Amino acid sequence: MYRYDEFDHRLVTERVEQFRGQVARRLSGELSEDEFKPLRLMNGVYLQLHAYMLRIAVPYGTLSSRQLRKLADIARKYDKGYGHFTTRQNLQLNWPALQDIPALLEELASVEMHCIQTSGNCIRNVTSDHYAGAAAGEVEDPRIVSEIIRQWSTFHPEFSFLPRKFKIAVSGTEHDRAAIKVHDIGIQILKNAAGEIGYEIWVGGGLGRTPMIGKKIGDFIRREDLLAYLEATLRVYNMQGRRDNLYKSRIKILVHEIGAGEMKKLVEEEFAEVKARGALQLPDIEVERIKAYFAAPAFETLPDATPELDAAIARDPKFADWVKASVTAHKQPGYAIVNISLKPIGKPPGDATSDQMDVVADVAEKYAFSEIRVAHEQNLCLANVRKKDLYEVWKALDAAELATPNVGLITDQIACPGLDYCNLANARSISIAERISERFADLKLQHDIGRLHINTSGCINACGHHHVGHIGILGVDKKGVEYYQVTLGGAADETAAVGDIVGPAFTEGEIVDAVDTIVKTYLGIRKEGEIFLDTYRRVGVEPFKEKLYAAH
Amino acid sequence: MQLIKNGKFVADEWTHVADDEPLPEGPVIVSYQRWLKEQNVLLARETPIGVQLKSGEEPKLIADHLDRLAVVALEFPAYRNGRAYSYARLLRERYDYKGEVRAVGAVLRDQFYFLVRCGFDALEVRDNITPEIFAESIGTFTHPYQPSTDGAEPVMSLRQRLAAGATVRKNELADR
Repeated sequence: MYRYDEFDHRLVTERVEQFRGQVARRLSGELSEDEFKPLRLMNGVYLQLHAYMLRIAVPYGTLSSRQLRKLADIARKYDKGYGHFTTRQNLQLNWPALQDIPALLEELASVEMHCIQTSGNCIRNVTSDHYAGAAAGEVEDPRIVSEIIRQWSTFHPEFSFLPRKFKIAVSGTEHDRAAIKVHDIGIQILKNAAGEIGYEIWVGGGLGRTPMIGKKIGDFIRREDLLAYLEATLRVYNMQGRRDNLYKSRIKILVHEIGAGEMKKLVEEEFAEVKARGALQLPDIEVERIKAYFAAPAFETLPDATPELDAAIARDPKFADWVKASVTAHKQPGYAIVNISLKPIGKPPGDATSDQMDVVADVAEKYAFSEIRVAHEQNLCLANVRKKDLYEVWKALDAAELATPNVGLITDQIACPGLDYCNLANARSISIAERISERFADLKLQHDIGRLHINTSGCINACGHHHVGHIGILGVDKKGVEYYQVTLGGAADETAAVGDIVGPAFTEGEIVDAVDTIVKTYLGIRKEGEIFLDTYRRVGVEPFKEKLYAAH
Repeated sequence: MQLIKNGKFVADEWTHVADDEPLPEGPVIVSYQRWLKEQNVLLARETPIGVQLKSGEEPKLIADHLDRLAVVALEFPAYRNGRAYSYARLLRERYDYKGEVRAVGAVLRDQFYFLVRCGFDALEVRDNITPEIFAESIGTFTHPYQPSTDGAEPVMSLRQRLAAGATVRKNELADR
């Protein structure tokens, strides 16, 4: 894991002091709420329906046990003893008091954490693959370049007042778990024939009210040029992005309006100039310095076959179910990747109590090199676990209700906070997700259905990523009544696609039955080996439409 | 309104002149449109000339005129509109402009640090801004992560020098 040096420490500490001053000015009345707003938004503090909400950055989704214990502590001390992990790999606290936030930030700084650029119209916390360093076929650990970008983008003087927020995601494997094509900039790490590292650049992806899949504008940007290329792209956006309409101000609209070809041309012209100055050329020595922090942990040499694991699977069906859903192959023989579901049946997706965070921190310390990942699907992950320890890991997680065996299955849903918390929402999303998970609680049925992502957003801003759910649900408000619009066939991986609207919206009473009808239709027409998305791509929307609206 | 020039509160010798106002004595700042129309009249006065660019008027419009301009004023129509940060960097880095680059409009205390880093040497600020507030704002962060127009040595370069065993004096690190 990356560790702060004196420069990183100093900057974060200075930020705490700056924000302490800003909060003091607000509390004394020197700043009005209006004047305070842009300042708090630069530091992840939102004003929600009931209280302030604080968003804590988890850079590229990696946490140490020490950091997770601190988050547990903070949630206990300054909040109601739980936190919410988000689709951007961050942690949100829903009830902190404004006057406590400076002290809270100081505690975060003590474990090398912060809330910098988790909101506001700036370059947001960089996100990445939660299997980084553990996945087979990885070109390079994506956290190396993510950390380089984190530093370059922190308090960037030119890009702190962009037209709109700006999100960058990085993937180091061909199979994209970081959803890079639905980000403002997506970076795919590549290796050329000469064995050199370079980057494919996708620009202008995004969800919200105008969902777009990113366009490729860079085929192979050399490592030393990456920051110059990013600076050029951001400069084009900062100068030409629309500022007249909040809903047309993301880079995806600029790319859409001028075309990907023109965007590529503008970026390349600017890049040539920035590169010529040389100031942003990335020195090898800095790359190597950061790379060293992400060196593989001290893996033991083990055989991949693990008889004690096989025996435990044979003897304990509950454990077997969990292994089937939660455990994934690791590149190192004898090791496995463990996904921890934060989607217990009938509970809000992504929530974890302080006690649960402590348990995960302990398990990670004992069995996973003290390292935890946050997945954009709002789950946690232990990336490096010995296969022979899996049974013990499962027992510890299960005792803390952290072993729901549903990762990747229909009840492993993404949902935004919705109308229960958010002042932008038109409809509830958590309660819909809860009811869907209750409907499909039967594990045998879930495994029969197979991999199926249901994403729910409580409004058009799409924080629940409904456009890229295999089944997407969007809450809308029609004359004070909550309705739910359904899309099918979305995907966020390397085959990224925006889902198709299936037809008229459903009422709150109808929506769970509608999902049930969609699933039953799929089960009736799927071919051997297909998951829902495969079937949908083969047959299209019509068979689903027919069943859904037949009775209407 | 007060003027901060190179970190000092100074009297402003310049007059902003609206497009429909007659030109007063002394140095004036006019709009880009007026500069285009009345270039000859303005040059004949033989007093320094400043041109103000609105958000959307990119510096390349005046790239060939910069040798005749003592001030380029960049307008912030709202603090949220950050286009002029890029404009200032282009003036300094692309067009090598050595005259005054002035921030006008919605210029708030929490922007000073970013403005100075992007090459603004003159800021028109509200009357409640004191030298203490200015010093606090621009002194918030000791070492920046990224290179910019101000020439401050970025952390990456400091690390390299430290790693290379060069003597980076403690007070040099702290002062910058």
